[in-house]
Amino acid sequence: MGKTLGSLLEPGDAVLLQGDLGAGKTCFSQGVARGLGVPEDEAVTSPTYTLLNLHQGRAPLLHADLYRLGDTEELEDIGFDDYQDGHHVLLIEWVDRFPELFEEGLWTVIDYGHEENTRNFTFEARGSKALSLLTRLRQALATEGERR
Amino acid sequence: MLILCIETSCDETAAAVVGNGSEILSNIVASQIDVHARFGGVVPEIASRKHLESISQVIEAALREAKVSYDDLDGVAVTRGPGLIGALLVGLSVGKGIACARKLPLIGLHHIEGHILAPLLETDLSFPYLALAVSGGHTHLYRVDGIGSYRTIGRTLDDAAGEAFDKVAKMLGLGYPGGAVIDRLATEGDPEAFVFPRPMLHKKGLDFSFSGIKTAVMYAIRSLEKVDEKSTRDIAASFQAAVVEVLTRKTVRAAMEQGLERIVVAGGVACNRGLRQRFAELAASEGLQIVFPSPALCADNAAMLGVAANAYLEHGRHDGWRLNAVANWSLDQLEPLGGFDPLAGEG
Repeated sequence: MGKTLGSLLEPGDAVLLQGDLGAGKTCFSQGVARGLGVPEDEAVTSPTYTLLNLHQGRAPLLHADLYRLGDTEELEDIGFDDYQDGHHVLLIEWVDRFPELFEEGLWTVIDYGHEENTRNFTFEARGSKALSLLTRLRQALATEGERR
Repeated sequence: MLILCIETSCDETAAAVVGNGSEILSNIVASQIDVHARFGGVVPEIASRKHLESISQVIEAALREAKVSYDDLDGVAVTRGPGLIGALLVGLSVGKGIACARKLPLIGLHHIEGHILAPLLETDLSFPYLALAVSGGHTHLYRVDGIGSYRTIGRTLDDAAGEAFDKVAKMLGLGYPGGAVIDRLATEGDPEAFVFPRPMLHKKGLDFSFSGIKTAVMYAIRSLEKVDEKSTRDIAASFQAAVVEVLTRKTVRAAMEQGLERIVVAGGVACNRGLRQRFAELAASEGLQIVFPSPALCADNAAMLGVAANAYLEHGRHDGWRLNAVANWSLDQLEPLGGFDPLAGEG
């Protein structure tokens, strides 16, 4: 799922991730990064402690994590604004800590499924760019489904 | 040689004065001196990141405690990476300012180089050795052949071990820092009550993965009707046992593969008593020398920079005024210091 989404991303897209501890946000993010063309030999690790990780795929990728942030001012302190430039793809974990910060983007909620080792994904597009991304994702997933 | 060391790569604002690469004259960390007071002993996860507000006080405190003035210094060392650019630049700019004003040589260092050389401030340890750097942001294995000569031989592919400790503590509704709480509860729980995965233990290679173990803990919590005190202790003990087993067995395996008899375990998680105990047992049974820095040198601090800084400056290596911070920087990219140690490069 992450890889498929990653392969569709364009500069300026924002993927906003929400999900409980252990739900698989970082795992999903690794797929997104690979889909965006971040080389396999480059480790895509959790940004919880580093707050921001940068990777280079088809577009520069900012992988951020709001888990440890105390308030929105700190986001400014760490230079987050510098990456909201329309060139970077934003991939943000724990976005529900400060939902008011992100007006537009593809909201992605990962929930534990009823059966063990299954997950439910809920996508919500806010803004025209995210809507276009969600439309492409729906098509890509449908095509993948047909192939199976 | 007296060196002022400055570290601002992540949460801590820290400064130290180190003499001759081995004598710690002072070692000040901001969260110890003011954040405790401001927040009544409860350290918020983030408050100490305000480097700009505390850097001057921290440096002054370091000089005062060392009983030295700027005139006594022979050099300035700063962490130049890896880390948050905004955070690194605070220490780097202040360091440059002091070096420029006092006409002192400036040297920019790698944060992890500081951690894995920290034991040399306290013990005589000869190269080569294996280093496990394990903290909230790192779980890496390095071969250390000498100052400036490092090779990454294993690393986490997702979460660092320290992050797993903090997040599992959060799942169990325990306080922060999670590592210390779990370590304490683990001594009272049954490490075999729950069977958690030992990720990557039986895979070839020396990489780690600690993300999936969080999910396993979450399923264990969900399987219980009620998480009472006993099950909390048991989960803590079982989780710690899993992490400790993976860390210790992979580290010892790495040492064997590399033909190394000495191991350094550094970084914040190196304070974990369960980890120290298991490593001590393995040191005895496998005939290895395993060295832990004292707790103040395990957590992020500035004194740890003194070892490499002293060696580089003694060899006339220093940086120019255009020195910049680097967010992503692999230890493998460093230039070995030729001839510093007779054993350097052996093996």
